[in-house]
Amino acid sequence: MAHITIQDVRKSYAMTEVVRGISLEVQSGEFVVILGPSGCGKSTLLRMIAGLESISSGEIAIAGKVVNDLEPHERGCAMVFQNYALYPHMTVAENIGYALKVAGLPRVERTAKVADVAASVGLTEFLDRRPGQLSGGQRQRVAMARAIIRSPKVFLFDEPLSNLDAKLRVQMRHEIRRIHNQFKATSVFVTHDQHEGMTLADRLVVMNKGTIEQVGSPAEIYDHPASVYVAGFIGSPAMNFLPAHVSVPRRGVVLESGQLVPLASPPNLSDGHLVHLGIRPEHTTLVRAGAGTIDAQIDMIEELGASRLCNLLFEDIPICVLTEERPDLATGTTVGVDLHPQRLHLFDAATGRRIPNDPATVPASIARPISA
Amino acid sequence: MIERTPILNFVTHSILVFGLFMLLLPMYLVIVAASHSLQDVVAVPPNLLPGDQLWVNLQAAWAKGHLGERFVTTFIVAMGVMTGKIVLSCITAFGIVFFDHRLKMPIFWLIFITLMLPLEVRIVPTYAVAANAFLPFQTLLDLTGITWLVNALSGVEIKLELNLLNSYAGLILPLVATATGTFLYRQFFLTIPEELVEAAKMDGAGPLRFLWDMLIPLSRTNIAALATIMFVYAWNQYLWPLLVVTDQSYAMIAVELSRLVPKYSATGGEVPKWHIAMAGTLIVMLPPIVVVVAMQRWFVRGLINTDK
Repeated sequence: MAHITIQDVRKSYAMTEVVRGISLEVQSGEFVVILGPSGCGKSTLLRMIAGLESISSGEIAIAGKVVNDLEPHERGCAMVFQNYALYPHMTVAENIGYALKVAGLPRVERTAKVADVAASVGLTEFLDRRPGQLSGGQRQRVAMARAIIRSPKVFLFDEPLSNLDAKLRVQMRHEIRRIHNQFKATSVFVTHDQHEGMTLADRLVVMNKGTIEQVGSPAEIYDHPASVYVAGFIGSPAMNFLPAHVSVPRRGVVLESGQLVPLASPPNLSDGHLVHLGIRPEHTTLVRAGAGTIDAQIDMIEELGASRLCNLLFEDIPICVLTEERPDLATGTTVGVDLHPQRLHLFDAATGRRIPNDPATVPASIARPISA
Repeated sequence: MIERTPILNFVTHSILVFGLFMLLLPMYLVIVAASHSLQDVVAVPPNLLPGDQLWVNLQAAWAKGHLGERFVTTFIVAMGVMTGKIVLSCITAFGIVFFDHRLKMPIFWLIFITLMLPLEVRIVPTYAVAANAFLPFQTLLDLTGITWLVNALSGVEIKLELNLLNSYAGLILPLVATATGTFLYRQFFLTIPEELVEAAKMDGAGPLRFLWDMLIPLSRTNIAALATIMFVYAWNQYLWPLLVVTDQSYAMIAVELSRLVPKYSATGGEVPKWHIAMAGTLIVMLPPIVVVVAMQRWFVRGLINTDK
């Protein structure tokens, strides 16, 4: 077990900078998920920790030791790859034990250890098979076992679940979390899937365009997204945004339609400051026309089984409402939408950063001074 | 393009059968000629059915051509070419594909260009090199003036010489130095996923370990294919052994076979002993056929067992 310290790490290829100055501390035994869209530099960051990619500038230390110039196998990291990267010509047992074989461990000890690890991930009966004869989930387990057997200081996961079907993905997610709870190894998990991120992480790191947008617990990030980007990226269906400006005398924000949305604790901003008002679909309620905060027209209703996703249009701005009711509403019908006042988010229109409108519940780490 | 009409089926099958017939007919004629006495072979109209002299003729050919010794020589050369080729091309392709350096592409193209220069094209310079393997170095030293410099300074004249004529090295090395194998391996190595290389790196395997533990086991069908091609290629060599070997004890089997067919001028009008020559041909053909048939099982196994 070891903590990882990443200090102002950068990576550039020829002209483009892929990772632009990332600093991050991963505590010993922590499960950190790096979440971001493809091309945001998250995999590159992980590969730099692993030593598969050189570091252009900055410093990475594992267990207090700078590893910039160490070979991958000297860093004490084990990695689970997206396509598993199992050795196709070796049996499951040989695959799992290969690192030990390279390290020169005698056959007897090796066999015993392989059997141990295989049992812990439920692979005992497949030890003599080749990877080609295994299902996707079993291959994934072999990849996990191959990482576990080295008793690494750090586990690195590079989108390991993206090749599995939906059901298996949930199952393997639990498995990974269970293994983490068992071995308590420091883990860094890269994914573009927010469900994986939310469910697995002790701490979530949201990346965008080579920088970190926000670091925090999944709940913290869901409740208090630090920017429009994070707010739109985390949560499904995505958050609704309405352009508005601050009205100090009326203690709220005024939408472009001229409608006032009162705020419980108005932000400390000048009158007329342009903002985005954010509200999650699950924090809105469909009501009679005129009875809600705003009125909007039904565009389309999508059935999700447990709930319904109502796509509305408010002054040509699409708005999503998630409701458990089954209203029978035709396209074009005008309905009211109630925006839950405690769940409103405010973002600066110019910078995209969050404006703490409810300072009591905003953690200090993301409550930034507002330069208006 | 799949068409299903009886006429087309008939036509395509006819073409196939005709092709097969054209391929097998000469082989059949060899067997027929090898199984008759000389009078029957040269009789007009020719005999088209096998006779009963096959065993006698085979024995005569074996003895007359010293085929036993020639088999040993040729086998050594063929194995040498095969092994040398596999090792050399595997290592060069490994260097070209898995290491990043500036000379990677130039080196690859230099090797690739040799595909356009088969041994037959460069046979004269190759002979010159075989006569003195250090000739290129000597030329280089002469051209750069080092020979002159050393001579002027110390009075010693540099004369490098290593004669490869009439030796196994002279027979084998020029046949090893072609790009086919390197190219084959390169194409295969390029299909190895990057993640596999990285996984091995994470597991602590160095480059040579990776070559030995991953690439060689993964390319065993490649090795089988290359081995087959190279064995047959070396076994059938005629021009190069004819040139480089004057000592009969190093003669290759194809050269010896040609001697079984006496020229009219040499026999003084006597009829060439075609039945013996054909019997010799049958014997000489055998090892390549055995190798191809035996290795074919490996091809098929390798193709079915795609564990990637």
